[in-house]
Amino acid sequence: MFLRLALSSLRSRKGSVLLTFLAVAVSVFVLLGVEQIRHQAKSSFGNTVSGIDLIVGARTGDVNLLLYSVFRLGNATNNISWHSYKHIAADPNIAWTIPISLGDSHKGYRVMGTTADYFTHFRFGQNKLLELAEGAVFFNLFDVVLGSDVARSLGYQLGDNLVLAHGLGSTSFSQHEDTPFRVTGILKPTGTPVDQTLHVSLEGIEAMHIGFEGGIQLPGGPAVTDEIEPGDLTPKTITAFMVGLKSKLATFRLQRQINSYQHEPLLAILPGVTLAQLWQMMAVMENSLRLVSALVLLASLLGLAAMLLASIRERQREIVVMRAIGASPWFLLGLVEAEALLVTLGGTTLAMLLLVLTTTLSSALLAEQFGLFVEVGLPTAHSMGALLAVVIAALGIGLVPGIAAYRCALHQQLA
Amino acid sequence: MVASLEDLSFHYGNAKEPVLEIPQWSVQAGETVFLHGPSGCGKSTLLNLLAGILLPSSGAVDVLGERMSELSARQRDRWRARHIGVVFQQFNLIPYLSALENSKLAAHFGRTANSTDRAKGLLKALGINDALHRQPAAQLSIGQQQRVAVARALVNQPQLLLADEPTSALDTRNRDAFMALLLEQVMRNNTALIFVSHDLSLRDRFSRVEALEDINRAHPH
Repeated sequence: MFLRLALSSLRSRKGSVLLTFLAVAVSVFVLLGVEQIRHQAKSSFGNTVSGIDLIVGARTGDVNLLLYSVFRLGNATNNISWHSYKHIAADPNIAWTIPISLGDSHKGYRVMGTTADYFTHFRFGQNKLLELAEGAVFFNLFDVVLGSDVARSLGYQLGDNLVLAHGLGSTSFSQHEDTPFRVTGILKPTGTPVDQTLHVSLEGIEAMHIGFEGGIQLPGGPAVTDEIEPGDLTPKTITAFMVGLKSKLATFRLQRQINSYQHEPLLAILPGVTLAQLWQMMAVMENSLRLVSALVLLASLLGLAAMLLASIRERQREIVVMRAIGASPWFLLGLVEAEALLVTLGGTTLAMLLLVLTTTLSSALLAEQFGLFVEVGLPTAHSMGALLAVVIAALGIGLVPGIAAYRCALHQQLA
Repeated sequence: MVASLEDLSFHYGNAKEPVLEIPQWSVQAGETVFLHGPSGCGKSTLLNLLAGILLPSSGAVDVLGERMSELSARQRDRWRARHIGVVFQQFNLIPYLSALENSKLAAHFGRTANSTDRAKGLLKALGINDALHRQPAAQLSIGQQQRVAVARALVNQPQLLLADEPTSALDTRNRDAFMALLLEQVMRNNTALIFVSHDLSLRDRFSRVEALEDINRAHPH
């Protein structure tokens, strides 16, 4: 009876109710959308690297090492010697290592020298391996495997030749023109910095730097590919290396061991821990997004309260009739609250449908265009909490018109 | 005895002058009382006292064996739903509910079971045919609305029906039809009726005629 009465009452005021309903739907959509994006951003951030126990580089800050080794942001302060790398990699607790060498670029995208192990051990997301969309892993000296963004935005196909630049600027004056690389493989999108990276072999990096020892190309001595002997191509230094352990139990012991390595100042970090630290730094942005969406919601709920409050005035007669047939003032307060609740629940349902619809429709596009992997917006436990808060807020704000109805009912006489 | 007033005095809020001062007045079961008086003489106030919306400033209002001042607000609401029917001059119905739903809402508050059959029977007896039962009350003519209001007021078989100028918005033909149906239903349900009006041409239809000035010692103006 109660809900039917509230529904009929709302139906009789279609116009204003519909607009308020849409306002609530849009604001809840914003709230859920922000929650969704926040959640996705956090998890895709945390999923940038997985299955790697330690990252080792020259001694610097934790976050800095993570930024340049995983996110390809900023520069390494120093390299580490091949000798130290080999020495540590020989530790019996270590299952595998992936050396990486950074410092060159191609049209603004970073070039990373590594070994074929990278493609068998590096993991991201929920322990996913890198997969090739087409082609194969580099095999020859001047083979390059492109991240999906690089291939797409620069329009490279398998078999294309490209020239890498010395240094990191997108317009470098110093190009490794004598040693063009051939595209042998293109990776599938991962939603991580891997998509923006060109992968070559460590030997390839060494080979193209022959003749560049001073940082610029020395005149008269261009390296001719056929003259290079395999033995010359062992790198003297690398930027960092990733470590996989046989047993996680050895993690902290090995980290301490590396951090106190005698021959060279080194730093080992746990990528998961440092990722969490880095995310903490973004908490301000995260919180301001939530604050804005909460304020949008508050605005729409105030609109709802204003709509109901205005309706109380035009419903004074109705309130008198209700009183005459024995409705208590509490009943009228409840009726107004039920109306607030119905509008809110309706708006919330519409918002959830919209979210599922938009994420379903746009997920393919987002993954393809931005490498952003958005899950379909089904309500999570967290968003359910947010929805519960919405309902409680609606009931709280609904008290304003509710109490107005109560007071009207209490003071109105039968006439 | 359906209702009795004993040394009743009523004034609004901080006003010193009472609106009503009635030493003694009562209504017996089955009586139909025509109460008339100029507007502003306290007729509506009296009805609100009898319905338990207002409480007397002093003295006693006993209706159907209950002393109003001894019931809590909630008890009075429940008691009114169960035992009192009210019909106003106009706008008696919840506009967005149908004739039938209006009656059933009253039955809901009065906790009357099987209200649908009784409501339909009353509507039919009052000349509201089935086709109109499900129409929103706002779409009915004023004459129809007033008859639905009577059905609504009688659905819980109240012992007392309070009517506040229910015919003043009706034309003569509608008024006569309305009066005939109202009195017939009141008679059939053995309901006491207190009918407030200043249309003296109706007085002959009632078992008792009272002028409020005669029973009220206060003379507000």
